[in-house]
Amino acid sequence: MLQMEKVTKSYRHRRRTVAALDGADLTIDAGDFVSLVGPSGSGKSTLLLMLGGMLSPTLGRVLLHGQSIYDVGPNARARLRKENIGFVFQTFNLVPYLTAQENVQVPLCLNGVAADAQARRAVELLQRVGLGDRLDHKPTELSVGQQQRVALARMLANDPSVILADEPTGNLDPETAEQVISFFEQFNAEGRTIVMVTHDPRAAARAKRTLRLAEGKVVSDQPQARIVA
Amino acid sequence: MNLRTLVWRELFERKSQMITVFVGILLGITTVVAIKTITHYSEKAVARELDTLGANVLVLPKSVSLQDYYSADMHDQYLPEEYVLRLTMSDVQGVDNLSPKLCVPVELEGRRYTLTGILPKSEFSAKAAWAGAGIFSRPIGCGAIGVGETPKPEDKKTLVRKRVIETLEPDEALVGSDAAASLGLADGDTVSLLGKQFSVVAVLPETGTVDDSRIFAHLHTVQELSDRDQVVNCIEIVGCCKEISAGLVDKVNRLLPDAKVVTVAQVVATQTKINRLMERLSLIFLVIIVVVGGAGIANYMYANVHERRREIGTLMALGAESSFILRLFLTKACLLGVVGGVAGFAIGTLLAVTVGPRLAGVTVLPMPVLALWAVLLSVAIALTSSFFPARRAARLDPCATFQEV
Repeated sequence: MLQMEKVTKSYRHRRRTVAALDGADLTIDAGDFVSLVGPSGSGKSTLLLMLGGMLSPTLGRVLLHGQSIYDVGPNARARLRKENIGFVFQTFNLVPYLTAQENVQVPLCLNGVAADAQARRAVELLQRVGLGDRLDHKPTELSVGQQQRVALARMLANDPSVILADEPTGNLDPETAEQVISFFEQFNAEGRTIVMVTHDPRAAARAKRTLRLAEGKVVSDQPQARIVA
Repeated sequence: MNLRTLVWRELFERKSQMITVFVGILLGITTVVAIKTITHYSEKAVARELDTLGANVLVLPKSVSLQDYYSADMHDQYLPEEYVLRLTMSDVQGVDNLSPKLCVPVELEGRRYTLTGILPKSEFSAKAAWAGAGIFSRPIGCGAIGVGETPKPEDKKTLVRKRVIETLEPDEALVGSDAAASLGLADGDTVSLLGKQFSVVAVLPETGTVDDSRIFAHLHTVQELSDRDQVVNCIEIVGCCKEISAGLVDKVNRLLPDAKVVTVAQVVATQTKINRLMERLSLIFLVIIVVVGGAGIANYMYANVHERRREIGTLMALGAESSFILRLFLTKACLLGVVGGVAGFAIGTLLAVTVGPRLAGVTVLPMPVLALWAVLLSVAIALTSSFFPARRAARLDPCATFQEV
């Protein structure tokens, strides 16, 4: 379960204080599929990164499975991410000099998994996302859709209970975007919690719950996705 | 997949950068190794040249005042011969050779000559060796050692240069060039001294000193013929100049409190000065290379960290701890350092061996011990100059690296 308790994130910009997130209170149950929508600069990505332990709040607490993740040090937070959270980025963020298989092996390597087991797991995951024949391809040798699927396989490597996706379909054509959302639905059906930032109304509509943000505040929380971003 | 794979793949992903920094390290280490090797052998050559000037420490009876270095043993004061054994059995560092002497005037064909008793090295060094200790039981680190020369059968004429010979039989004599000329003596002749027949084993080359009019024989024979029991006039010590300047004279003084120990200050000062010059030259190059090379590596690493910000942020998002990021960059630096050090040693040695003789006019041989120093220095420079860039990488704010906030 993910929770935010009165979370505020503010920045100093040209002697002015700018609130990226303003007193957000939020509870996301295990197994939920939440889409975060709202205009640019509304605080969606800030909220997502805070849930992932990547950005500390100015005020308030963020809890993962009941544990306050910013009350521990950065290395303990890195371990929490490694064990519980999978990130998906709009620009995929694959390591450019590694092959598809090696990219999927990176989280396993960080988790201390043996080389043989890493290779087996990476092949299995790439086959699952339909890239069993692209194991040795580097990111530049793959289409954007294939790159995002490698990123999905990498995200699944350590079997995370929480998936945080920042505009996962933002760079994809409608057909590939549909494929990616279908994968998210599968992952959610497996019991994983998904929080997805999106500008795409069709993608948002596939979530079980939609949160709308505006000027750093959660302005609506609807169980069915009927909001146009 | 492990840390090494990541480092290795990244190095070859940016080949031109990797080659640039590698060549920088390589050139630096090559220069240090080449200079160090050439200066080492130049220093040795200078020491050998100074060694040809003869003994540089004299042990004399307390009452004797030194007027002429080459005739320091021509007086009628005596030291016990036991002092030689005391010296050989001591732990004094930096003694290359010892030569105890006893001078007795002799008259031949109406002219006065000096018969000098000398003790061959085989006799006193053997005594020390039997005891398993002493100054000859360990290698001598001074410049007087030959370089790359194969041992040859002893030429008695080397007495002139080395001040000591290995062996001398009781009935053998060495004759100075002037004495040989005026007495008409040649190798293999016999000469009668103090009533005993001696065989001339060598006529010594001209030295331009009083040694030219001397005749040398075994110390114990001269003692016996002159009725002087186990005494000497002087003990010459061929010492290592570095050790002399580090206090060899004081140590010998403490060992032989009843004797006077004097040194030829100019000889010592010259070698010490040359050694210091060589050391400073090497040090200056070393400092330049450390600073320039270090700055180059640091610059490369900062650029590399900047270029890889997104990758670092991604690794952090995937759960990499800051220590992993730090190791990622330091392992890369270490790898570059090791390869640069090994290659730099090889090329530097090759350069020194081929160019050194033309530049310094001395034989230059490889110095394997420098391999270790080259690698250690190279790795130390690479790690030190990469530490701050690596730390910056480990402390990066992952959100800032994505520029998505």
